[in-house]
Amino acid sequence: MAILHTVNKSPFERNALESCLRLAKAGSSVLLFEDGVIGAMRNTRFSEKVAQAMDDYSFYVLGPDIQARGLDNDKVIDGIQVVDYNGFVDLTTEHDTVQSWL
Amino acid sequence: MKFGIVVNEGPYTHQSSDSALQFVKAALQKGHEIFRVFFYHDGVNNGTSLGVPPQDDRNLTLEWSGLAEKHGLDLVVCVAAAQRRGILDEDEMGRHGKSANNLAPGFRISGLGQLIESGIQSDRLVTFGD
Amino acid sequence: MENGEGVVKKFCYINRKAPYGTIYALESLEVVLIAAAFDQDISLVFADDGVYQLTKGQATEAIGMKNFSKTYSALGDYDIKKIYVEKESLEERGLSAEDLQALKYEDEDDDWAEKDSLFVVERDELAGIIDEQDVILSF
Repeated sequence: MAILHTVNKSPFERNALESCLRLAKAGSSVLLFEDGVIGAMRNTRFSEKVAQAMDDYSFYVLGPDIQARGLDNDKVIDGIQVVDYNGFVDLTTEHDTVQSWL
Repeated sequence: MKFGIVVNEGPYTHQSSDSALQFVKAALQKGHEIFRVFFYHDGVNNGTSLGVPPQDDRNLTLEWSGLAEKHGLDLVVCVAAAQRRGILDEDEMGRHGKSANNLAPGFRISGLGQLIESGIQSDRLVTFGD
Repeated sequence: MENGEGVVKKFCYINRKAPYGTIYALESLEVVLIAAAFDQDISLVFADDGVYQLTKGQATEAIGMKNFSKTYSALGDYDIKKIYVEKESLEERGLSAEDLQALKYEDEDDDWAEKDSLFVVERDELAGIIDEQDVILSF
């Protein structure tokens, strides 16, 4: 089913998340990892945009990258599913194609 | 399922190589096949045997080599990108009249066609980069 | 091609970075030129700062780097004829199609008539093109 889009950059540093949300077709999934996890956190300048985008996309975030940065799964925007590397692998198999927004 | 992996950044500066390594380990543990790991751009620097990271840090090149030995992974370093950045095997050393070679065990140098082939042969191509 | 013979996948190369500041544009082009030999269904996408890769009149002498922009006009000879540029990315940067090289290919099914290979497409159409790809490589 559809494309898994991955974003590994903080929205404060790059436009990767913005470009992904602009060019990913509705119904796709988005996985945030590495510095991309910053885009999954509540109470940031980008939280509202991400929360709105959840109408069109399923969002996932890589837990190990959250913990590595001293952040907390509890601070993740409601509705974004936290996965580990096994979950990352499963997401790639459950989708037809993987597009990395580098 | 059969995976092709692309690593576009060198070790340590970016997390790409670490992320790829964790992904590959998880995929192997789940019983998936890794068709090939292709190192491109600065990613070719993962293949240098001359890195000496501090003892309390991970050694990414050793990790890749170890994984290749244990699971028979095909670690391919792009020849054009590698030549630019001074990653040479014995053949390349001779061909270019260089005095040393530095390709780590388990890695091999080959052309970009190997990347395209990986895209054709694998069920999923997953890219890690900057 | 020794392996994967007969398999034709939709390969898409997405370019989002300006040339020269980093090597990604040049090394992406190197992949595309090799890929052309594999008889796959190739599309190129230029969005965000990637649109700067296609500008006319690049002059690199004074920065001491090789000007590889002429290679884009040779893509038609490699039978690469689906080159998509995001309209909104151009507009956001104050650019239009006139600022870009005119990329063409010769259509062997139409008495080698010269045809456009560069298409400026709107966001929604581009999203649809990306969505139908089998393999995507990003630079």
